[in-house]
Formats: sequence, structure tokens, C-alpha cells
Amino acid sequence: MKIAVASGKGGTGKTFVATNLFNVLSRRGEDVTLTDCDAEAPDDLIFFRAEKTNETEVDHRVPVINKDACTWCGRCSRWCNYNAIFYLQAAKVIEVIENLCHGCGACTFACNSGAITEKPVVLGTVTKFRTEGGSPVVEARMKVNEMSPVRVIKAAIKESGESGVIILDAPPGTSCPFIQTVDKADYVVLVTEPTPFGLSDLRQSVDTLREMKKEPAVIINRSDIGDRGVFEYLRKENIPLLAEIKYDPAIARTYSEGRLVTDEIPALSSLFEELVEKILDGHGTGSYKR
Amino acid sequence: MKVAITSTGQSLESKLDQRFGRCAFFVIYDTETGGVEILPNPNKDAEEGAGPASVQLVASKEVKKIVSGEFGVKIKSLLDSLKIQMVVYKEPEKTVKSVIEMLNNQKINK
Repeated sequence: MKIAVASGKGGTGKTFVATNLFNVLSRRGEDVTLTDCDAEAPDDLIFFRAEKTNETEVDHRVPVINKDACTWCGRCSRWCNYNAIFYLQAAKVIEVIENLCHGCGACTFACNSGAITEKPVVLGTVTKFRTEGGSPVVEARMKVNEMSPVRVIKAAIKESGESGVIILDAPPGTSCPFIQTVDKADYVVLVTEPTPFGLSDLRQSVDTLREMKKEPAVIINRSDIGDRGVFEYLRKENIPLLAEIKYDPAIARTYSEGRLVTDEIPALSSLFEELVEKILDGHGTGSYKR
Repeated sequence: MKVAITSTGQSLESKLDQRFGRCAFFVIYDTETGGVEILPNPNKDAEEGAGPASVQLVASKEVKKIVSGEFGVKIKSLLDSLKIQMVVYKEPEKTVKSVIEMLNNQKINK
């Protein structure tokens, strides 16, 4: 069962929730994997002592154009959906802009004169770790200067396998990286905060998920700040509220020191234990059988 | 010499568009003949690569100079290799016409 922990807005507590859910399941001896899908800024490993067990590079194939074989027909440039082939017929200029290339291969297919070959370009890495507790953490990390983390995220989710519970710590926002992560999830938990910003981004996330035929559940973090807008929205939209986590400086302190509240604050430990029960006992798809 | 000026509208009275790749229109002005051609920018709403695609468009018109408020990082080396001069002119209230007058008086060079 794959559980994605997501939120439209950054800084609401996705990683906080994901790492603590993972910790609770791991210390119970469950078969659980944590997958850090925030490939642009992975940070789940801050919270665990872990050793690296495996690392693979993720690449895609970009075109290399042989100008001697090129007939300057321009088909490759026209077929490219991402404006990655710069082409000027009159001046006989043709350049691949590698940063814009999605590695789809359309240009190679379009070329009738065999002028295009492909070379691999590394986009990032997927690294597998084992925590002291014995559970795996898979980290997606894209290379600086690459444009899209999507392929790296996909590879990390694949590397996480299919066994037991897999917690996907999703990237912020509601664009491609988010969609790629939640697409693979059996159940989506959205973490939000009760502020106008939180509500606006929650709405976007819910709308995006519903477009994908997925019904999320919500955790409200720092639930006693802000206003009642998020609560009213959840009631109106019939979205289950899984948990409210009240603002507590002790949580912020523990988190900022890279430690887990479920190991250090008893009240939070029970809150997350309950949360795990709620999620696993069919609050989501009901497909998970222990 | 042909100069591309990014424009928010399709007349010479329109204001200068501050973005190059995603501008609304290109006004192509020929400093020798005084001729003007106005092209809608098909890359205005491109998901990605609006800059290079717009360079491709204006370069195919044999433009040697571009006047706009801002140029993206992806196109600077392209413009260099094509020997097309970028003129950064951050004056959103100026009209295309006034830019043309400045070009005629040689007040814009760099």
C-alpha cells in the first residue's frame, strides 16, 4: 500500500508527518519504506541514522545532431514539443538545448536522414538507505541545473518496490512532481494549516486529486492558529479530517534539531499511533490487509 | 538593419513588452527602409522554451538587434552565437514608436 503525504503549500509539515508515520510503523516492526520524493530538496534522512545500501543514477537520452548528415528539413525541431531544438534553415544553424529536452525521442523518430543519435544525460540519483531500525529509506535527488525531477521521482518510487507500506513524502505544489508522486499512491494524506494560504493551496490540491479520481484525507497542522476556513471547507466538501496537531514550540524545537517527536513527546507518539491505525484500518482504499 | 521590438499590442502606439520570449507581439523595424512588420508571438503561452523559440522566430526574419525589457538566461549564448545584439530597455511606459525614434536617432546602441 502506497500512502502519499502531500500538500499544495510548502512548509505545512509533509516531511514532519511522513517521517513520524514511518517511525511509528518501523518501531512496531512493520514492513515499511519511506520514499523521499521531494527530489529538489530531499531532507527525510536528517531524521534517521542510516547507512547507504545502494545508489543508482537516473538518466534520459538527449539527441546529438550530426550536421554533416542533416538535410536541414527542420522536422526534428517542429516535432519537438518543448522547443528544445533550435533551428534556422537559412543560416544552417541547428542546436540542441539540452536543458529543455524531455528525452522523449520524437526528434530521433522524426529524422529521415539518420542525422540524430542519442546520448545519456544524468538527471539525478536514487539512493537506498537502511535505518538503524532496519527499515529502508529511498531518496530521490535531482542534479543541480536539471529542469524536471519527474524521472528521478518515478525511479525512486519504482525502487521502493511493492511490499508492505510505502510512505511517499511528496514534493510541494500541485504540478508535475506532485502529480507523479500521488499518481502511484493508493491513499493521499494532505497536510495543511488553517490559514488563507493553507486553504487556497489545499483547494488546489483537492481539485487536482479529484481530477485524478482520488479522494484525499487531511491533517491540519498547527490547528489552533489562523482561522476556521479550512475546517469549514473540509465539512462542505465532505473530506475526512484525520488529525489535528496543535501548535507547540516543543514540536518545532524537536523537529528543527532533526529529531522525531514520536520518540520524544509522548502525546505526539500516541497521536501518530492513532493516525497510523486510522490510515491502515480502511480510512483510505481499504485495500491494505495486515 | 532589422530590429525586433517586443510590444504589448499590435500598433506602434502600444507599450514596450517587458518580456522577450513571452511578449505579445514582435514589431520588426527595418532601420534602412523604415518598413514595419508586426508579428503575433506564437510562443507567448508556450509551456517551456519560449525564449529559444522566439529567438528562432526573430532570427528567421534576419533581425540583428532586439529591444526588450528582459531576456532569459537560456538565450544569451544563442544570441551571441547568432551575433544578435540584446538591448535591455526597462521602460514599460515607453511606446514602440518612441523606441523606433530612438533607434533612428541612434540613441539606443547598447
